[in-house]
Amino acid sequence: MRRLVVASLIWLFAMGALAKEALPASADPALEARVMQIAAELRCLVCQNQTLADSNASLALDLREQMRTMLREGADAEQVRRFMTERYGDFVLYRPPLKATTLALWFGPLVLLIVGLAGLFIVLRRRSRLGAEHFEPDVPDTIDEGVTT
Amino acid sequence: MKRWHLVLPLVLFVLLAAFLWRGLALDPREVPSPLVDKPAPAFALARLDDASRTLRRDDMLGKVWMLNVWASWCEACRTEHPTLVNFAKSGTVPIVGLNYKDTRPEGLGWLARFGDPYAMSLFDEKGRVGIDFGVYGVPETFVIDKQGVVRFKLIGPLTPELIATKIQPLLKSLGDA
Repeated sequence: MRRLVVASLIWLFAMGALAKEALPASADPALEARVMQIAAELRCLVCQNQTLADSNASLALDLREQMRTMLREGADAEQVRRFMTERYGDFVLYRPPLKATTLALWFGPLVLLIVGLAGLFIVLRRRSRLGAEHFEPDVPDTIDEGVTT
Repeated sequence: MKRWHLVLPLVLFVLLAAFLWRGLALDPREVPSPLVDKPAPAFALARLDDASRTLRRDDMLGKVWMLNVWASWCEACRTEHPTLVNFAKSGTVPIVGLNYKDTRPEGLGWLARFGDPYAMSLFDEKGRVGIDFGVYGVPETFVIDKQGVVRFKLIGPLTPELIATKIQPLLKSLGDA
């Protein structure tokens, strides 16, 4: 029994060694790297939380093939991105462009931060001007004192 | 002491809750198409039933028409199909099918089985024309006006309600124009 298990394990590993690595979709590694670099910043529309580089949806495969063709024909990254946004909208860009409709997206957090800091500043300044009678008097921490002395 | 300080957290909470509630109703799959109100992408495709006959975008100029993207492997297209067959009977506008990433025998078999509402179906084997139309969730439906401009895009199956509330009013206004 044990021998059978060992033999089948050996067989299994041998088969694993025979299996080939998955071939990249293009024989040109430089091209493939550029495709992946651009695809990493584009959203796959089928599985929306994946990039075009990560996704194996058939649309993502098609779009990567399309990018390969375009890059091979001399297109630059900007042209590839424009090709995508013309068809699928700004939604495919992980870095949204700065324009009127995205102002809140770009500057909203900064505005919130400034409002928060201003509020904090006003509250602290108001408190610093209040007399001592507005606060509870400092009470010595008796338990703590008992330990230290 | 000013009392409004006390209700401020409540106001902020209600505001946040309102945003989140609205967010629940939004469907992230409905991406607004940049194609709406732009000229339909140019294409020249062979028919599904006859590889020797080609349809180009400009052949449809002067007509209001519908482009419906479908495939025999697409489950939601099955759901949509009876609606489309019914709508085609009204003969309001020609419906052109875009058979997306399919094979000819399977596509034709599907039409033979479930009925053919299309004036013709075009065979987009590699999905290249689908990419130009920004297709990502079959079925999809486009309404294209006489000038060849995309006026409406739907992702997902057509329903009788959508036809009554969205498509027919739009077709009427386009037909008069």
